[in-house]
Amino acid sequence: MPRWRVPLRAPVALAAAGLLLSGCANPSVGSADDDPTKPVTLKFWHGWSAPGEVKAINNSIARFEKLHPNIKVKATGNVTDATINQALRAGGDEAPDVVTSFTTNNVGQYCDSGMWADLDPFMSKSGLDKAKVFPKTLLDYTSYDGNQCALPLLADAYGMYYNKDAFKEAGISRPPRTMSEFEADAKALTKRAGGSYKRVGFMPNFRLYQNSPDRLFAQWGPAYFDAKGDSRLAKDPATYKFFDTAHKLVEAQGGYNALERFRTSFGDEMSTQNAFMNGKLAMHLDGEWRGLMMNEAKVGFDWGVAPLPVPDDQAETYGRGYLTGTVAGIAHSSRHQNAAWELVKYLTADTDQVVSFANAIHNVPSTFAALKSPKLDADPTFRTFLDIAQNKYSQVMPPSTNGGMYVTSLQDFSYSVEAGKVHDLKKGLRELDRQIDADTLQSKS
Amino acid sequence: MALTLSNPARRRLRTLGFLSPWLIGFSVFFAYPLIATVYFSFMHYNQIQKPDFVGLRNWRYVFEQMPLFGPALWNTLWLVVVMVALRVIFGLSLGLLITKIKTGAGFFRTAFYLPYLAPPVAATVAFVFLLNPSTGPVNEVLAHLGITGPNWFNDAAWAKPSLVMLSLWGIGDLMVIFMAALLDVPREQYEAAELDGAGAWSKFRYVTWPSITPIVMFAVVTGVVQTMQYYTQALVAGKIASGVSIGPGSVIQPGYPDHSTLTVPQLVYSMGFQNFNTGAACVLSLVLFAIAMAVTMLLMRKRSGLLAAED
Repeated sequence: MPRWRVPLRAPVALAAAGLLLSGCANPSVGSADDDPTKPVTLKFWHGWSAPGEVKAINNSIARFEKLHPNIKVKATGNVTDATINQALRAGGDEAPDVVTSFTTNNVGQYCDSGMWADLDPFMSKSGLDKAKVFPKTLLDYTSYDGNQCALPLLADAYGMYYNKDAFKEAGISRPPRTMSEFEADAKALTKRAGGSYKRVGFMPNFRLYQNSPDRLFAQWGPAYFDAKGDSRLAKDPATYKFFDTAHKLVEAQGGYNALERFRTSFGDEMSTQNAFMNGKLAMHLDGEWRGLMMNEAKVGFDWGVAPLPVPDDQAETYGRGYLTGTVAGIAHSSRHQNAAWELVKYLTADTDQVVSFANAIHNVPSTFAALKSPKLDADPTFRTFLDIAQNKYSQVMPPSTNGGMYVTSLQDFSYSVEAGKVHDLKKGLRELDRQIDADTLQSKS
Repeated sequence: MALTLSNPARRRLRTLGFLSPWLIGFSVFFAYPLIATVYFSFMHYNQIQKPDFVGLRNWRYVFEQMPLFGPALWNTLWLVVVMVALRVIFGLSLGLLITKIKTGAGFFRTAFYLPYLAPPVAATVAFVFLLNPSTGPVNEVLAHLGITGPNWFNDAAWAKPSLVMLSLWGIGDLMVIFMAALLDVPREQYEAAELDGAGAWSKFRYVTWPSITPIVMFAVVTGVVQTMQYYTQALVAGKIASGVSIGPGSVIQPGYPDHSTLTVPQLVYSMGFQNFNTGAACVLSLVLFAIAMAVTMLLMRKRSGLLAAED
């Protein structure tokens, strides 16, 4: 090979590679130029998988198709966020038009990355005033930095399930309302069996089912970020009180290691082997859907529902809880965005649809009108969650540009705290704040 | 106009034609992904919007601000050293034993090879069940013997050894390769060694080992490369042992417990596909690639030395 050719070939190859890369880096682009009255088939991906849930969403789709004879909906269930993300990155004809997510933590990421289309222009076109239709807390977790890329499709409220028989046996007349009552009741309800447990009053370990630290922490009403968007966990006295209460709950019931060993004997959360449904736990943090599962499984004890206790110095906030929910949006790559909007609008804002779907899958309705609807299920245990959802002190997690990364960092830190591996909480929290800020900065362009 | 080519040009074209399948495969599956990974390691890119050049920001983030990078790298290297070494030792020992067995060798061959056929996810699920600290049969048997079993996949100190046990259970592939190598050692060399009064160890040291060295090197090199990409078993074991339900609403963080099973490939997936941080994921991939290349080159040089010594 003549030597003079080498210097020329290298830049040519590099330029070609660069062109190829920049070409491949362009995502597929959707459009809102379609006519929503023309025949179209929409691809709708959702996460529901239980037979009752799938039946309920299919009924909703059937009602929608009746109202919009030109729009056919091809639904695919049991789809995870990871699968949706991959499909939307790849684009193409098989990618979904309408998507849902069960993880509100990721909404900030979807809005900021442009993966889900901004819905405000669609709402303007169809005259839907979001502030009049949806509660503000739910609008907060479906938008990021002014981009409303999702709308709430039913909400989830978290409260406390308790075993009334166990309460009677321990001589406790009502569910606890403050954290000190909570600690005392948890201790009284715990029953030992040899070196292990027969029953734990309340399993405080953060790895149990829905016990993610952010859910229990919501009872203190923390502000995760300051006005500049910087993490402020180390500056918030609530953080220290939260970890102190969690530690007291653990110690009152035998210590972290003993509880953790008992936890590993529990069955699957979403099966009838769930530890609360099997009587291994007397009090249990969970969402409103558990009631339906308890009824269907016909558990062998009398049970009730109450809001989770609140800190002793915030007694006026009793009734609050952690809120999250399912969200729906339009894929950025969809070429039928106006038709997709018709489906999203129907699923999220049509009162009859929202009420029927909420009743069918026992989730909290996400519009003002549906929350007040007389057609809503009158089951008192379900109503407790409706009250938690409407409580002015109830908390949602603030969206962030990198999704739930800050929640994950808090979780990781909390696991270390509960295992007794953090000896200087203040120093650890400062480091956690620094980490969250570094992750946020890294995710911004 | 007819194109006339000189003989050397025609020869070059013909050579290129014969080489083209490899060239295409190399370009599409190696060169392009590698160039793309280097390119995106300098970009802020979420795989939706256009990439932005950010210089060394991703590199600084990985090396200075990512607390999980250290544990993930340590776990990966720990697994490479311990898992590969034990797999080779265990696979070779099994091969030696089975080739020596006079009766029932077929049964043992099948018994030890069968676990390898189990899909990795199913095998991992079964192992987590067997090693459940409270309800698993392994700890129940240990309890009958008066031994308090460890927490296995639920204990940061035992999680990686538990993964190693899982990989040893599926040793069938290596065992078969070693058996083929062992059966290939010329019988007459053993006979000559016996005539010289060599015992079992001397026969292994001076006859068997030199003959199977290339196969051992092959097992080590492929083992290192495979373990550098260790992902599925660690992820599934962590997910199931942690008790987190797996479904559309659950966000699974790899590495349970306490990041003890977090490997670099898992971190690459988390960064690139969960956190939309393609730049940092590319940096991690390049670090992994560099380490794998360095270790493989070192081993290959060692292998050349061994072969030269044999000559």
